[in-house]
Amino acid sequence: MNQLDNFEILSASILGALILATALIWGLKFSPKQAEELKLRMKTWWYIFIFLLGGLMLPSPSFAICTGLISFLALKEYLSLIPTRRADRRVLLWAYLAIPIQYYFVQTGWYGMSIVFIPVWMFILLPIRMILIGETSGFLKALSELHWGLMINVFAISHILMLATLKFPSFTDHKALILFLIVATEMNDVFQYVSGKLFGKHKIIPKVSPNKTWEGFLGGVILTSTLFYFVGPYMTPLNHNYSLALGVCLAVAGFFGDLSISALKRDIGVKDSGNLLPGHGGLLDRIDSLCFTALIYFHFIHYFAV
Amino acid sequence: MIRVIPRLIFELVFLRPITLLVVGLRLKHPERLPKKGPALLVANHNSHLDTPVLFSLFSLGRVHRVCAVAAHDYWFGNPLLALFSKYVMNLVPVKRKREEGESVEDILANVFKALEENKIVIFFPEGSRGEPEQRSTIRSGIDVICSKFPNLKVCPVFLHGLGKVMPRGDPIVVPFFCDVVVGEPITGHNDEKPSKKIAAIFDELEKEVDRPLWH
Repeated sequence: MNQLDNFEILSASILGALILATALIWGLKFSPKQAEELKLRMKTWWYIFIFLLGGLMLPSPSFAICTGLISFLALKEYLSLIPTRRADRRVLLWAYLAIPIQYYFVQTGWYGMSIVFIPVWMFILLPIRMILIGETSGFLKALSELHWGLMINVFAISHILMLATLKFPSFTDHKALILFLIVATEMNDVFQYVSGKLFGKHKIIPKVSPNKTWEGFLGGVILTSTLFYFVGPYMTPLNHNYSLALGVCLAVAGFFGDLSISALKRDIGVKDSGNLLPGHGGLLDRIDSLCFTALIYFHFIHYFAV
Repeated sequence: MIRVIPRLIFELVFLRPITLLVVGLRLKHPERLPKKGPALLVANHNSHLDTPVLFSLFSLGRVHRVCAVAAHDYWFGNPLLALFSKYVMNLVPVKRKREEGESVEDILANVFKALEENKIVIFFPEGSRGEPEQRSTIRSGIDVICSKFPNLKVCPVFLHGLGKVMPRGDPIVVPFFCDVVVGEPITGHNDEKPSKKIAAIFDELEKEVDRPLWH
């Protein structure tokens, strides 16, 4: 029998974890309301798992379509959440059109354009389109909110796909590299939550999120970096020490990514960013930490391993 | 049965991808939708997309039993468009202007016919699309329908966001998630005027929606 590669081992572990969690939810006694909520949440996890694994395993460009779709839905959710101007309809359309262009650059491995298209070219093109319309009232607010949305939902998310185009001296298991980013980010959320529940006493940033504690944050950093120290060297081209350093960076980035979307929702005055993922809330609620971790993970590896 | 095929194909390859992927719906209380006709689905009207969105609330197996009221002069203006409107879109023509000697009942004759055929009819009681994302007053047509069918099930649906996606006078579609809030159906239209009841229900349904500023 062929030996399993690291990607297959990681996918099998996630599958095992999902089966275990599902069995626990069905097996343990919860109040009916709690059980229903947990089951709904679990069902959505299964859909996310199938969606991502399908994207990774089917032939190219399926993962580009998969991540591009996430960007599109997330940007749509973001633009549906924030105040927008009627005059800007065409500017928003340009922002949407940036998605296929960005993913084209990423998919074809054109690294330079992938990195400058949104931070440089869209930075110029969006105000040009807005100036041609000529509505000055609320200009700066509309422009900066739109560009931040593109950075978070398109530029950052496209870094997940960008990992697939990296060329390393010896490492070739790009699927493992990508899946490990997503798993580690979600695990970091879980580690923070569990540590906070078990040991949480001292609030860390109560103005943004009253539930986050120092104990939760540090527990997340410790557990995530431990995960990186032991598992990272198999899933990434990094050695143990570099992987450990990346684990610390990723845990911190995930924490602040999560809180950035929390701050945004608090600013707007909504609880959930949407209802696209039943049991979780909106898509932005789920990918909040990933927006930051994808950037850190990619650029760390690009700097130290390529 | 053959007559419903163009309708289903158009629904499947064109209307549903637009309403479910490009637009995207946040549907509240779908269990309140009428399961079978005769029934009236009344909604506030802001966009050409309102009708496809309301169609998409019904499964493909039932959607051919749902039809929508549309302006005669616009959707049935030339013979080719009229064929498309009738057979592909399932539209029911209603004239917007009364001619000499015509009563409101005459104008609404096609709606009565569809209801008598036990269909679910989509009806926009505000008459026209109006300013995007603003409700206009409900006109008397709905009262006339309800007085002719006093036991008709009328299901109010509040739509938000479609005026942002595709407002009147602008053919460009800009994706936004839209809210569809289904209200409790009303029936037995003898006491209060249905138009007033529906306006009050729309007020309530509107409160269930987060509305970011759009100006």
